[in-house]
Amino acid sequence: MYETLRWTVLDSLTIAGRTYSRLKAQPAEIAAFLIFPVIMTVLFGYVFGSAITLPGGGDYRDFLMPGIFMQVMALTATAAATAVGEDMERGIIDRFRAQPIARSAVLVGRSVADLSMHLLSLAGMVTAGVLLAGWRAHGSVAETVAAFGLLALFGFAMIWVGTYIGLFVKSGAQADAATFGWLFPMTFLANTFVPTQGLPAWLKPVADWNPMSAVVAAVRALFGNPTESGDVWPLRHPVAASVLWSVALLVVFVPLATRRYRNTSR
Amino acid sequence: MIRVEGLRKRYASTEALRGIDLDVPAGTVCGLLGPNGAGKTTAVRILATLLRPDAGRAEVAGLDVVRDAAALRFRIGLAGQHAAVDELLTGQRNLELFGRLYHLPRAAARARAEELLERFGLARAARRPVKEYSGGMRRRLDLAASLIVAPRVLFMDEPTTGLDPRSRMELWERLRALVNEGTTLLLTTQYLDEADHLTDQVVVLKEGRVAASGSPAALKRQVGGDRVRILVREPADVPAALRALHEAGSHPAAGSATEADRLVTVPAPEGAQSLIRVAGALATAGIPVEDLALRRPTLDEVFLRLTA
Repeated sequence: MYETLRWTVLDSLTIAGRTYSRLKAQPAEIAAFLIFPVIMTVLFGYVFGSAITLPGGGDYRDFLMPGIFMQVMALTATAAATAVGEDMERGIIDRFRAQPIARSAVLVGRSVADLSMHLLSLAGMVTAGVLLAGWRAHGSVAETVAAFGLLALFGFAMIWVGTYIGLFVKSGAQADAATFGWLFPMTFLANTFVPTQGLPAWLKPVADWNPMSAVVAAVRALFGNPTESGDVWPLRHPVAASVLWSVALLVVFVPLATRRYRNTSR
Repeated sequence: MIRVEGLRKRYASTEALRGIDLDVPAGTVCGLLGPNGAGKTTAVRILATLLRPDAGRAEVAGLDVVRDAAALRFRIGLAGQHAAVDELLTGQRNLELFGRLYHLPRAAARARAEELLERFGLARAARRPVKEYSGGMRRRLDLAASLIVAPRVLFMDEPTTGLDPRSRMELWERLRALVNEGTTLLLTTQYLDEADHLTDQVVVLKEGRVAASGSPAALKRQVGGDRVRILVREPADVPAALRALHEAGSHPAAGSATEADRLVTVPAPEGAQSLIRVAGALATAGIPVEDLALRRPTLDEVFLRLTA
């Protein structure tokens, strides 16, 4: 039992080490990683922001940044799916599976390494927000830490959603198509960039019940940024709802992905 | 070293394996042949512990592929249809990574990586990312990656697909060297000359069953002996040629439409001697001949006959 656990941890670290080595081999990727936040901040904060006034008052850029933070964490699913899809395509998953590696180590190692990379990207986004948009966290230290903790938890859950999808596809390109196509619009169909109270009556419930809305509302509340009060349960209790959503995704997708990894046949 | 009995595997809509038996002695090479969809890859994936069989038993190196899968993974190597290595990492880093996953300590993984890179002629490319490697170099790295624990049994799924002739022969050399050192090799291939060059035993699969098995020489004997192949200049020369050959005591068969009806074949029970006799008979009768050759049956013919 102890041996199994020990090897699971060590194998996971080895797999995570691979992710870091790959990153070091792609300086252009890192640059893109760091430039993307700047573009998003300028694009939304100043281009759209100049035309948007918040119904309850408050600074739009303060309202916006938590939305962008959430979007970064949601799109981790696409990155994870693409990376797993590429490994499937090249037979690297098969090679791992024919090796005496602890059964969950490949996926656990990847997901943890992915999360740490995306937290780095989030740090870039926060820096851009502070420097370019004048964004600040106004809550206590504990609330600020809790907000970043929620974002990390949500990102981790989305990584597992992406991993599961990646294990079904035949290539990295297919994985990208199978995630980005619905995920990217979904990050908009929420309170991410605009308040939902202006939405048509048929669309508003969709946006309000979108798990991403709960995450954004929770983070806004914890950072002390402007937020809108919602009338559905997830928006009245956004912190609890975000935790529940993220945990639910993990409870569903971790076992699904682990099982799929063990039985994958291509 | 590999023992398989009544192995079956069904996918949702198709029955990939309908009960195959295999017996591969230690230190030999077994080639799985068969058209696409015959079940070759499925068989290899089951033996390499990637897939669970529905029925039947398979033992590799004395271990059951289902029950003892975890222990077995320390004793086998697998090289699939793709070079399963990380393009972005260097050759050295790739082998170290896979070595660490076989639970080698860091220093041992590094030493083993260097040793294998040296052995496979990749020492100079060790610190370059794999994406800069040629196809042949990738395959060699892939093979090196499957040999990290010096496996008793090596599985290869179409090891030379997509390689140029030189890289392919080079890979054959290396595989032969491995087998001489005692590794047992099971490979699938689409190339019959590969099976002819490398294997001690060929197993032809067709629709999930064993259609034939035996040494390449034995299988060729099954299809028939040597023949002399005569291509006369004009279709009109065929009757005269047949007559001349009859008189010389041979039993010719007139040719095929594909050669524009100019082809005549004669059994050559005495090999080269038969060829000389046929040549003499044709020369005496003054028949213009464009091509004359002694042909031995090829695995291609075996394959085409068995899988038709």
